[in-house]
Amino acid sequence: MMATVIELPLDTYKGPVSPDWCPGCGDFGVLRSVQEAAGRLGILPKDLMIVSGIGCSSNLPGFIHAYGVHSLHGRSIPVATGAHLANTDMKVVVTGGDGDGYGIGVGHLVHAMRRNLDITYVVMDNQIYGLTTGQASPTTRKGHVTKSTPPPVGNAETPLNPLALAITCGATFVARGFSGEAKLLTDLIAQGIAHKGFSLIDVFSPCVTYNKINTYAFFKEKVYKVDEEGFDPSDFYASLKKSFEWDERIPLGVIYKTEQSTYEDSEAIFKKGALVKHPVEPDKKLFEQLVHHMM
Amino acid sequence: MQEVTVGIAGAAGDGLDKSGDTLAKICSRLGLHVYAYNSYQSIIRGGHIWLKLRIGSEKVTNHGDHLNALIALNQDSIERHAPEIEAGGVIVFNGDKLKCDPSQVKEGVKILPLPIGQMTAEIVKEHGALAPIMQNTIALGAVLNVCNLGIEQATDVISETFKHKGEKIVNLNTSLLKCGFEYTQSQAKPITKTWQFSKQARCFTTGNEAMALAAYAAGCKFYSAYPMTPASTILHWMSANSQKTGIVVKQGEDELAVMNMTIGAGIVGVRSMCATSGGGFALMTEAIGMAGIMEIPMVCVEVQRGGPSTGLPTKTEQADLYQVYGASQGEFPRLIVAPRDIPDAYKSTVDAFNYADRYQLPAIIMSDLLLSEHHETVDPKAFTCDGKIDRGEIVSSWPEEKGKYKRFAFTESGTSPRALPGTANTLHVSPSDEHDEESILISDMFTAQPIRRKIMEKRMRKIENLLKELPAPQLEGPKDADLTLVTWGSTAGVAQEAAELLTASGVKTNILCIKYIYPFHKKEVSEILSKSKKKISVELNYTSQMARYIRSETGVGMDGYINKYDGEPYTPKEIADEVKAILAGHARSLDVTEADAREIAYHYLRTHNGEKLRPAKIVQESVNGFGEPTWYVELAERSSGKKSGYMKVGLRTGATYTVQRDSD
Repeated sequence: MMATVIELPLDTYKGPVSPDWCPGCGDFGVLRSVQEAAGRLGILPKDLMIVSGIGCSSNLPGFIHAYGVHSLHGRSIPVATGAHLANTDMKVVVTGGDGDGYGIGVGHLVHAMRRNLDITYVVMDNQIYGLTTGQASPTTRKGHVTKSTPPPVGNAETPLNPLALAITCGATFVARGFSGEAKLLTDLIAQGIAHKGFSLIDVFSPCVTYNKINTYAFFKEKVYKVDEEGFDPSDFYASLKKSFEWDERIPLGVIYKTEQSTYEDSEAIFKKGALVKHPVEPDKKLFEQLVHHMM
Repeated sequence: MQEVTVGIAGAAGDGLDKSGDTLAKICSRLGLHVYAYNSYQSIIRGGHIWLKLRIGSEKVTNHGDHLNALIALNQDSIERHAPEIEAGGVIVFNGDKLKCDPSQVKEGVKILPLPIGQMTAEIVKEHGALAPIMQNTIALGAVLNVCNLGIEQATDVISETFKHKGEKIVNLNTSLLKCGFEYTQSQAKPITKTWQFSKQARCFTTGNEAMALAAYAAGCKFYSAYPMTPASTILHWMSANSQKTGIVVKQGEDELAVMNMTIGAGIVGVRSMCATSGGGFALMTEAIGMAGIMEIPMVCVEVQRGGPSTGLPTKTEQADLYQVYGASQGEFPRLIVAPRDIPDAYKSTVDAFNYADRYQLPAIIMSDLLLSEHHETVDPKAFTCDGKIDRGEIVSSWPEEKGKYKRFAFTESGTSPRALPGTANTLHVSPSDEHDEESILISDMFTAQPIRRKIMEKRMRKIENLLKELPAPQLEGPKDADLTLVTWGSTAGVAQEAAELLTASGVKTNILCIKYIYPFHKKEVSEILSKSKKKISVELNYTSQMARYIRSETGVGMDGYINKYDGEPYTPKEIADEVKAILAGHARSLDVTEADAREIAYHYLRTHNGEKLRPAKIVQESVNGFGEPTWYVELAERSSGKKSGYMKVGLRTGATYTVQRDSD
């Protein structure tokens, strides 16, 4: 049975300090959408945990009024996994960048999706390493000239396709947003958090300082909303096909969605409530049995 | 003390470890003490196993130097181990298939071939043909007889083992046991005196099981691991008992995930643990520093094995001290503790959870393959769950009128009261960046040197306070000793016995075992060692890591170093002999001994020539154009003993120079 949701105002989540992102950075919009989504779902700040890695966008937990973990580069997903499994009563939202999630941390991402953990991952994808002043990232397009991929070749590697990766790895909610489309982005994040299972929301969040190719203007010209064209995100192969659209038109919205049992469903221990609320003391009788078993 | 050592040698799959378990269980229930060492010896052909059970009327702390009874399950085992049996001992094997020539054993060793076919004729009539593995039970019966262990307890244990397979199988196995026992009655005399059986049953367990059980006793709720020998049996125990203990077990995709998940669970407030070996620990190191700066309690077990790199995955070593000590960039408080035996591993783990919580830091338990995997009888009283679970200063509620909650409040003790996520009015971030009292970063935008200085000092103060409550190491053995053996970890047990041997031979010896590596009792260790007449370190590594660490902390150096890095643990006599050589002023020779030359030859033959040849006569030769003296190793045919070639092994380098086979 659904409890009545009491929406909370945006101010509820106003962080202790203002973001230190460059003026015009796409991440401002993502922060606001995360706050709005939490408010729409009525998640109290004490029940919300934002986990990030390292990078410009990973500074987000410091700018929101909630519990936070600002972890290591590439390790936000396993930290979030441990935190979530130990306290399933908290809503865990992971935030970070494309280098953090698709580069150094992609190994963890693959397995978290495969497990279908009930967490939400918002990737601020700017196709560049910003905090380290502009090197190629896993989603940098082929030929893109950056500090680490000079001319004449530019970036020689095929970019990673996060949506296709997520669909094939077992994520059960896969979406793409754009920080230039605030309303849609809030919708997607709210849907992702409400979805039972692993949600990946890849967000175009332009870097105004180091990526002069994938700019607001670049995306504004190409993006379109899949729901406006009646796209059905429940068909695995159609979704997979959709995830590869890029050159002419780039899809925004829910790309894939399915209902599957989660990792948490398979663990009977959680039926007794969140782990952190279980009694700490061991059961004396069981302990004696375990010792006796060694004899 | 009365003692007897039984060896069981054979191929993997011979069911040898099962026989070892059964024998150990029998002894344990009789009230005897057992120390079992399972060595996957490289000297026996691939996949062969060599299990040694040292059985004593009193506590035995290592697998010892002796061999009194041998169950050999194949010809290879006879060839390799029969010469080790001491006079008065016995060798037992299937006489229908295997042979043991009197020249292969010492004088006074009883050769007891079991005519299995003839012995089991009646049993076969009733039960049908026997599986090869069943010869083990007959041999066990024979050993029980010669070792004066009786058959009643054994019958109970065997019945219990096969109970789930039904009455017929129970009867078959107890008949086989009886058959071996009774046959031996008329064929061999007992090799031990009569025992006094206290019948006080003990646990027969390993360091890994003890640490897993300790985690449960300490209230651990989350365990994560990636499979890695020799830590995996903790994962197996945790998984097998998970639904009963309520500990959520999560196998990670790699050790990076494992450590970070464990810390994540620690952040939200459950007691969490992970375990690995050196290679996996290398992947975990960055995150350990994160637990340090975030002040998150968690426990990590690092089970050392032979390195570097993949190294010797199934062999023991104590060579990760500097890796664990140096784990992660920067400086931060953590606890590093190295237990010495199974009861200590249990207690250290329970304590580690309390220290980790109270001082809000990562605790690393350093074990090693020997401690983690060897089986030993342990008094069940060593395992209690009556200890206090002390979670330290936890903020259970924070009324709004108290003002802003500061996760990293600068306190005198250095410990800041911890609010767990979910507690109202205590919102905070756990940051891997440097931060102020309120967890606002001071790494980029709001750089503030005095705050950095003060938070470093706050964190490091915890370590000063922790050290005050850790028990300092003490000398064990005669106070007025001429010599102190300095050691750590599982080597302590064997060093203790070596000290007793040395004392008995006229060199009064005591030992100093270092348990707490960080924080370190530098004042106490310095005082003890400054007063010692002579100090020799004993550790399973090449570079004397503990001795160097002690010198760096105290300025006190050793007078001698004993090292071993061939993958096998020490035996007491080995240490005592090396001590005597050092005291006599002899530098340790690294030359290839005759026994080494034989093993090098075995290795060569095994890898190049299958089972056909074996090394025979071995003589030392002068420099023959090889730039060093060599061992001449004659090669003989296994089946006939006929000379079939030779090989030459360098005395200093161990190089295999020439291999000449007559058949070539």
